[in-house]
Amino acid sequence: MPLLELDGVQARYGPIQALHGVSLTVDEGEVVALLGANGAGKTTTLRAVSGTVATSGRIAFAGRALNGAGPESVARRGIAHVPEGRGILGELTVRENLRLGAYVRRGRREVERDLERVTEHFPWLRDRRDQDAATLSGGEQQMLALARALVSRPRLLMLDEPSLGLAPLVVQELFRIVGELNREEGLSVLVVEQNANIALQSSSRAYVLEVGRVAVEGESTELRAHEGVRRSYLGY
Amino acid sequence: MDGQLFAQQVVSGLANGAVYASLALALVLIYRTTHVVNFAQGEMAMFTTFVAWSLNNRMSYWPAFVLTLAFAFVFGAAIERVVIRPVEQASHLTVIMVTIALFVTVNGFVLWVWTPDLRDFPTPFTGEPVVVAGVFFARHEIGIIALTVATVVVLWAFFRFTKLGLAMRAAAIRPEAARLLGVRVGWMLALGWGFAAVLGAIAGMMTAPLRLLDPNMMQPVLIYAFAAAVLGGIASPAGAVIGGFTIGVGINLLATYVDFVTPELELPVAFAVLIGILLFRPAGIFGRVAARRV
Repeated sequence: MPLLELDGVQARYGPIQALHGVSLTVDEGEVVALLGANGAGKTTTLRAVSGTVATSGRIAFAGRALNGAGPESVARRGIAHVPEGRGILGELTVRENLRLGAYVRRGRREVERDLERVTEHFPWLRDRRDQDAATLSGGEQQMLALARALVSRPRLLMLDEPSLGLAPLVVQELFRIVGELNREEGLSVLVVEQNANIALQSSSRAYVLEVGRVAVEGESTELRAHEGVRRSYLGY
Repeated sequence: MDGQLFAQQVVSGLANGAVYASLALALVLIYRTTHVVNFAQGEMAMFTTFVAWSLNNRMSYWPAFVLTLAFAFVFGAAIERVVIRPVEQASHLTVIMVTIALFVTVNGFVLWVWTPDLRDFPTPFTGEPVVVAGVFFARHEIGIIALTVATVVVLWAFFRFTKLGLAMRAAAIRPEAARLLGVRVGWMLALGWGFAAVLGAIAGMMTAPLRLLDPNMMQPVLIYAFAAAVLGGIASPAGAVIGGFTIGVGINLLATYVDFVTPELELPVAFAVLIGILLFRPAGIFGRVAARRV
């Protein structure tokens, strides 16, 4: 049974239909990439899962239906959604942002331990934890958003365009950490990316969306060789 | 200048200011959580004080005090859920109309239930005046100041150190982001209104012994509280508290030392301050002009 399963999911913003029946799965312990041009419905697909857009069709998480659950409930079920723009609370400190990641969890001591543990992946967070999050650079904010999502101990991590506006080296670092977490802790990830190159390198499978539908799907290594994908998204 | 008179006027200014600070803090709390300027804040406070009066006829002061705060909390949260929630997405003008309607409704309801008679309201701070360096200070005034400072400290600690307080701040700053983290934003907003109503209840119960309990008692207080909140920069809790004390002391000293400022002129002076700040320093003394890294 897949961890996350979308079957014929449609979504609309007022009169505009953004998804015309998207079907995809993410298995436990898998990194899956979602590619596509602007407006293809990548972000909407993540929003359909996290319950921030109205949908029809079937969405199931760990075997239970997810449709209609609000974002608060979806977060409590174990899905951490790092949205476009990262969702950092700039007026709060780095540490307060991290503590909010653990909001859905109980057990003070375990949370404290996880707050410590997560800083192993992001050592610089330790020195800057009393700083307002707004004073961090874009890359640091993206790392903080990732760290915050991890503190919630998610069963599924959803990242929306983590590379947006970041320097190539920072993007490399970010995906290195995600890969590490996937290998070492079996974290399942669904990542939306414009940067198809790095997304296909870091994932085991991928879906390409075109105007609200899945156009191509397969193993990431296959897609890198796929003629159409190469031309449209890899640029060679 | 007579030092004794000066010290007494400062302390009774601080006592008035404490009430303005509580109500201003309530306004700021509601503004920060739901971006509503609540014109009914004073009437809500007055209503809960009438509830306290009825409770006081049945039990001693402090149990009635605590029960009143509990009632105010539920009342405030219920108002948010029932009256404010439906107009959450509406324009500012609509929301303002709703709070004005609430003002009129609460006032009318109290007149209907309790009749417009003036009533004595007890103060828990009784006894001989406190004497410091030969100057006499009324117990009630010292009590109001202490109670307000204690309330502010408790509230500050709650928002600063507790998980729920943190979630409430997150819900106020960026509701969509907070939701994705599992924060039930709707409830957080209701809690914000609940806390504001509690602050109002304290302000009301501290005001009533000074002026007699009557249904219009909180209206001038609300004006001073608005001036205090605006002085502090409508979104700053610390600013509201400092603003409240500043207005209280300032008005008292003006009335004492400036001959043409008679008691009738105190409210217009507060209005002048309000308008002056809005014209010349709209962000208030402590307010920040919003800046955000994109």
